Amino acid sequence: MKKSLLGIALAIVGAFALGGIALHRDEPINALWLVVAGVCIWTLGYRFYAAWISATVLSADASRATAAERLNNGRDFVPTHRWIVFGHHFAAIAGPGPLVGPTLAAQFGYLPGTLWILVGSVLGGCVQDMVILFLSIRRNGRSLGQMARDELGPVGGLATLVGTLMIVIIIIAVMGLVVVNAMKHSPWATSTVFAIIPVAMLVGLYLRGIRPGRVLEGSLIGFSLLALAVAGGGWVDHSNVLRPYFDFDAPHLAGVLIGYGCIAAMLPVWLLLAPRDYMATFLKLGVVVALAVAVVVTHPTLRMPAFTRFMDGTGPIVSGKVFPFVFITIACGAVSGFHALVSSGTTPKLITNEADARLCGYGSMALESLVAIMAMIAATLLDPGVYFAINTGAGIVGAAPDVATATITAWGFPVTAEQMHLLAQRMGEHTLFARTGGAPSLAVGMASIFGSTFGSGLLAAWYHFALMFEAMFILTTIDAGTRVGRFIVQDFLGRAWAPLGRTSWYPSVVFASLLTVAAWGYFVYVGTIDPNGGINILWALFGISNQMLAAIALCVATGILVKMGRLRHAWVTAVPLAWLALVTTVAAWQKVASADPRLGFFAGANDLAARLAAGTLPPERVASASQLIFNQRLDGWLSVFFVILVWVVILDMLRVVVRHVRGLPVPASSEAAYERRLGGVVEGA
Amino acid sequence: MNPVARARGWTRLLWRGLRQVSGDDAYERYLEHLRTAHPDRPPPSRREFYLDEQKRRWGGVNRCC
Repeated sequence: MKKSLLGIALAIVGAFALGGIALHRDEPINALWLVVAGVCIWTLGYRFYAAWISATVLSADASRATAAERLNNGRDFVPTHRWIVFGHHFAAIAGPGPLVGPTLAAQFGYLPGTLWILVGSVLGGCVQDMVILFLSIRRNGRSLGQMARDELGPVGGLATLVGTLMIVIIIIAVMGLVVVNAMKHSPWATSTVFAIIPVAMLVGLYLRGIRPGRVLEGSLIGFSLLALAVAGGGWVDHSNVLRPYFDFDAPHLAGVLIGYGCIAAMLPVWLLLAPRDYMATFLKLGVVVALAVAVVVTHPTLRMPAFTRFMDGTGPIVSGKVFPFVFITIACGAVSGFHALVSSGTTPKLITNEADARLCGYGSMALESLVAIMAMIAATLLDPGVYFAINTGAGIVGAAPDVATATITAWGFPVTAEQMHLLAQRMGEHTLFARTGGAPSLAVGMASIFGSTFGSGLLAAWYHFALMFEAMFILTTIDAGTRVGRFIVQDFLGRAWAPLGRTSWYPSVVFASLLTVAAWGYFVYVGTIDPNGGINILWALFGISNQMLAAIALCVATGILVKMGRLRHAWVTAVPLAWLALVTTVAAWQKVASADPRLGFFAGANDLAARLAAGTLPPERVASASQLIFNQRLDGWLSVFFVILVWVVILDMLRVVVRHVRGLPVPASSEAAYERRLGGVVEGA
Repeated sequence: MNPVARARGWTRLLWRGLRQVSGDDAYERYLEHLRTAHPDRPPPSRREFYLDEQKRRWGGVNRCC
């Protein structure tokens, strides 16, 4: 009774918040409405929809022993208290993705992205994470790829593995490009990001040699050193001697990043990857809480309109119309296929009670969506003119400040060169123009939120702190992703020649790592020589591939649900699957077939080739033109490939479903047999 | 229960949660597990355990984008 009253109260508050957003359409609205609407919707989704899925669709059984209990080895299989698992899982899924996507999608106005984050998470992303987590718990923590092979067959299994490798490469490339664009010609940002590496190594040595495994102490030391690194970056920026050593253009930074990727892939994890991840986790939780507090305290007004004129597909940041591209641009934060890999990785081995899949899967994803809403707020509280000036490549608005501001003002978003100059000065930068990739504009937004809450004297320090915060995740994504890519490459190479598949044979490790780094390094490099900023192309590819992986995960889930005898309820995963299949297919079709050179990959390549042949290209663009032409064609073929991959898995799933419904033999369920819980005390509870 | 004791209880719970979620107490918990499940096995040193753990944790997908 009490609970249903709470539900009704939440529904009313949520309705008011959404009503507030809807009714204030032509006047600026307050950021708090977005947060309130979100919290109400997620709470309702968790309280009712997730509970119903858990009880009715999945029939979560609290009396059933989980893999953590049956296989408890004190290391990876450990029965753990549900709130601890929740923390672990959230730390694992929340990276830079939900910060960047909403920032880019803000070009359509604050409403399309916000609605997609809310609806997409409650009905899609949270459900995907929870169902995959549940299915993996019942299969002793098997991975998505293994589940696809066991439950659908070898075709689905292989497609999942290939899809995972592709998405890992694209993710690293796009994140690498984001951090490069934030660092180019910014000695402060560059020196601060560089400093992360020795700081992490010091902490790594401390945790290995001096005080083994004292993670909290190590993180605290690292955190203080990072704060010093932010301050030290300011000092470097003011020093005429040191400045030039940290002042790089984007292609050189891409080279540095590729070199870093090669070296980091060879280093033992305890030296760099693990200690940095400990610090990043604390930083992440701290910043999420601080941002939430700051948004509530300052409750800023959003300056971006609900919808902009770029709904029609002429947008400078994301090419293409709001449908399907807002659903591609915001992947993490609404539905992220990559989460399915974590939900079928470390997390299922920790869960003590099947029913906890609801809190750890659905709940963690809801919290990640809140992070995405925060990013949307940080992007839309900026002056729209400033937002577009930061996020648009010089190839679109022109490289000279006066030309760029005049173009953006003509779009209806007034901004002046003086305003941009003043803002850059306050943020401790020389210019903020054309810093594409979302990180810098998010950092400006975060700096102004933090600045007005915790003291505005330190705006420049807040800005670079925010950049460092994003770079921490991105470096982790690069290192961890390269390792994952390497494992998959070794798996494939091992099929050709067995010794190459041995994960402990050093030459094979080196070879597979270099292959992976070369793959993502190529995309980062080409992105840096693209006058439109590179993100424009690469983020679309990232969105398509991430949604493709989500579609694959939802296929596996739907197939298993039907085989479990839940045909009637399979729409729970089939509806988000249908939506994602539609969105990725339409988006990829437009990216491939559109005749608009800004939208279609092949049209863009042909347009550039025609201008190169006619000699109408500006001289500085001739040198890179042939590489860009090749790259656009490659991206076009990749999009085709992604769509084929999705449909192969969908058809494979449908084949299994139809056979099951007709009573024909299908791959047997790989579910572990029922064992009753011993009951009694749960470790750490 | 008086407020001071209650506050102390909450603080202890929070501290324990923080240690557990960060992995600060992983070694102690592993020793506890060994003691109850395999009393015959010699426990690893703190450093051995930590290094093995890192290798295991980063042997698969455990971070997202």
